[in-house]
Amino acid sequence: MTAAAANAKSRAARAKKIRQFITPEGVDLELKIASSGLRFGALLIDLILIALALFLFSLAMLWVGFASQSDVTVVVWMLGAFVLRTFWFVGFELGSRAATPGKRIMGIRVVARDGGRLTADAVVARNLIRELELFLPLMMLGVGASEDMVSGWTMAAGILWSLTLSLFLLFNRDRMRMGDLIAGTWVVMAQRVKLDADIATSSAGEAMAFSESELAVYGIFELQELERVLRGNDPRAMREVADAIRAKIGRPVAEEDDVFLLSYYRQLKARLERKLLFGKRREDKYASD
Amino acid sequence: MIPPAAPARTIDAPSFSTSRFRAEREADWIAFDLLLTKLEKKGAAALTSDELLQLPLLYRATLSSLSIARATSLDKALLDHLEALSIRGYFLVYGVRESRWNRLRRFFLYDWPAAIRAVWKETVIISLIILLGALTSYSLVSSNPEWYFNFVDEEMSGGRDPRATAEYLQSTLGHGKAVAGESESGLHVFATYLFTHNSRVSILSFALGFAFGVPTMMLEYYQGIGLGAMMAVFAGKGLGYDFGGWLFIHGTTELFAAALSGAAGLRIGTAVVFPGARGRLQAASEAGRTAGKVMVGVIIMLFAAGLLEGFGRQLITDTLLRYAIGSLMLLFWLGYYYIPRREDVT
Repeated sequence: MTAAAANAKSRAARAKKIRQFITPEGVDLELKIASSGLRFGALLIDLILIALALFLFSLAMLWVGFASQSDVTVVVWMLGAFVLRTFWFVGFELGSRAATPGKRIMGIRVVARDGGRLTADAVVARNLIRELELFLPLMMLGVGASEDMVSGWTMAAGILWSLTLSLFLLFNRDRMRMGDLIAGTWVVMAQRVKLDADIATSSAGEAMAFSESELAVYGIFELQELERVLRGNDPRAMREVADAIRAKIGRPVAEEDDVFLLSYYRQLKARLERKLLFGKRREDKYASD
Repeated sequence: MIPPAAPARTIDAPSFSTSRFRAEREADWIAFDLLLTKLEKKGAAALTSDELLQLPLLYRATLSSLSIARATSLDKALLDHLEALSIRGYFLVYGVRESRWNRLRRFFLYDWPAAIRAVWKETVIISLIILLGALTSYSLVSSNPEWYFNFVDEEMSGGRDPRATAEYLQSTLGHGKAVAGESESGLHVFATYLFTHNSRVSILSFALGFAFGVPTMMLEYYQGIGLGAMMAVFAGKGLGYDFGGWLFIHGTTELFAAALSGAAGLRIGTAVVFPGARGRLQAASEAGRTAGKVMVGVIIMLFAAGLLEGFGRQLITDTLLRYAIGSLMLLFWLGYYYIPRREDVT
């Protein structure tokens, strides 16, 4: 596969994750579907937090129970455990950020698929189904292990069947769980991005001047990669990139890497943005100028 | 809107236009970011009226900045920030439309009964299935008591099987204070256990609904079978009336809740199989929302049933009184759900 085709493919893969989501103001927010890995990570964090909370709660109740010698604590413990298990997800997802702590850490949130507001009944529906998705495979395992008459194959079939339910999100491109399907929801990226400084305005950008033909070798993809390297500010990466660009445009090593890259970035950005205003969007270096 | 004496430099150097765009609008974005953070942390009540008026203005300014940036700027960091900020703003501005208290009030007054009314067909079907299960096992066990052991787990029944004497069975119904070795202080523990157990079972029967409703119906049928077998044992020893009272006091609430959870599951199952004119996904999500409301109601009902079972049944031993309380609860639920009322329009 040529580099151009690989580039186009990765761009298409990224575009596949984007869903049109038009606000009443007519702006497309271009929501990105959260990947299954992020979802799994979020679930893992939540489960660990629940277990931790349950453990602390149990310790506290044990202490209170021994101190008071009353079995009311047993009731409180049972109710508390039930509420924690069933309403941990519901409670957090009903909040204004529509995300459990695990989801917040992973930078994802729940939204209604139709673009409307996320209603309480949808949140309840999607999380009650979770009960089934999580515990059915475990239950099958438990039942299979406890009853000897069930043969190994029957057990395997049962677990496989329940796993297809639990892993449903791997089999559709919107990464919907069974619960998402039934509640009409999606889980999308909701990362917070800090507003970084505008590197195109810094004073070092005017140090060198590049000719039109020297700037014409790259497109938007390369520009934004260059931006990433500049913001990363790692001398070794900058050296590599600077050398690559110098080799490409045939310039000797004469200036500091950061000065060279910043000037090149600034002038390349100005050139591509000017073209953008005239309706010409050059995606990468393989596209025609 | 063109500035009269723009410096010549900005005209022949359009590179400055995106930087200038950013310099001009940046203050709005930062203000919007701060406002959103405050809104997320403290809620809408914490905002002053001035800030509330600013919110939609800043939101629209940010969205318009996003549109302009997408069309003119190639600064990835800027684009990402504006996108994230707009998404965050959109869900906060359009997400919160009523207070928690209002939501709760509307749920109890309108949404809950309305959801239950909407699944009435499924409720009837599930009730019939439970009844059918009960009748099946009742007729089988009363004709041949050996069947009983096929239906009810040895551990679950706790000695309440056809071999038991009438006196023992009588004692398990709670007449004469010898309540299966339990002291009264254990009642609330027992009630809580029943509540959490039953809730889990009904959540399961709801969640299984999407498999075309078949597992749900099987689960409900199975519940009916256990009930009928038990009834046959007691009726065979001439304790049918007492057993009825023992069951009735909480059973009207609990079985009603079980039927509703099954109905919620069946609702989803039928929506997936027969979506009608809508798309299958849309039908499933509409059914899921109704069913979600029903399920919150079911958990509340089961809580009431757990209280009745744990406290009411063990403390009230008069059979007639048990019947009275059971009927009263049933009437209450029926009235609450099915008496027509004017819908809340707002």
